[in-house]
Amino acid sequence: MSNYDVELDTSGLNCPLPVLKARKALSEMQIGQRLRLIATDSGAKQDIPAFSKMTGNPLIESGSDGDKLYFVLVKGEA
Amino acid sequence: MTKKLAIIASKGTLDGAYPPFLLASTAAALGFEVKIFFTFYGLQLLRKELNLKVSPLGNPAMPMPVPVPSIIQVLPGMEWFATWMMKQKIKKKGIASIEELRDICVESEVELIACQMTVDLFDFDDEGFIDGISRGGAATFLEFSSEADTTLYI
Repeated sequence: MSNYDVELDTSGLNCPLPVLKARKALSEMQIGQRLRLIATDSGAKQDIPAFSKMTGNPLIESGSDGDKLYFVLVKGEA
Repeated sequence: MTKKLAIIASKGTLDGAYPPFLLASTAAALGFEVKIFFTFYGLQLLRKELNLKVSPLGNPAMPMPVPVPSIIQVLPGMEWFATWMMKQKIKKKGIASIEELRDICVESEVELIACQMTVDLFDFDDEGFIDGISRGGAATFLEFSSEADTTLYI
């Protein structure tokens, strides 16, 4: 598992809150820092990669552990 | 170049309030410049005190715990009950409230434009609306939407 600088648990929250909270967390981080996002919203499986692609914050790891999805995003230059 | 999203919000019901605020807040998070033009019943979404309701009447697609014939749906309290039920479900499923999504839109600098013609039509006053909204007409919206990547009428 990749290491990370900030962890954000959005368990129990539904679309679009995981994306909105991820954006807020990333805006408070330094370029190159890593965000580990945990979500139970099954739509996050598609939404987080879309968010990553559109905002230029690379998604370097994703997976699941039971009902929980996790993602590691790197804060990009944008 | 910054992507742009233009939305017309014309509905003032609880269910009708979700698409514009949800898409606008998400688009802002994705880096879009967003403007929402509130017209007709959509103006209710700009009120300081939101009192949005959902009605099963005339909406045969609304899931109900038990089938309720239209003749019963007109009874007093049915609209209140349907709204209460929907709000309970929204809370239970971890879905953001309209107030929460609207606050995020304001914080993310989504421009909220009240249609001046409908404000005049309904005799709405400024005091009833949240702060920071702008006013405009059809040409204001079309100027922005002509350059937008996505335009939605809701």
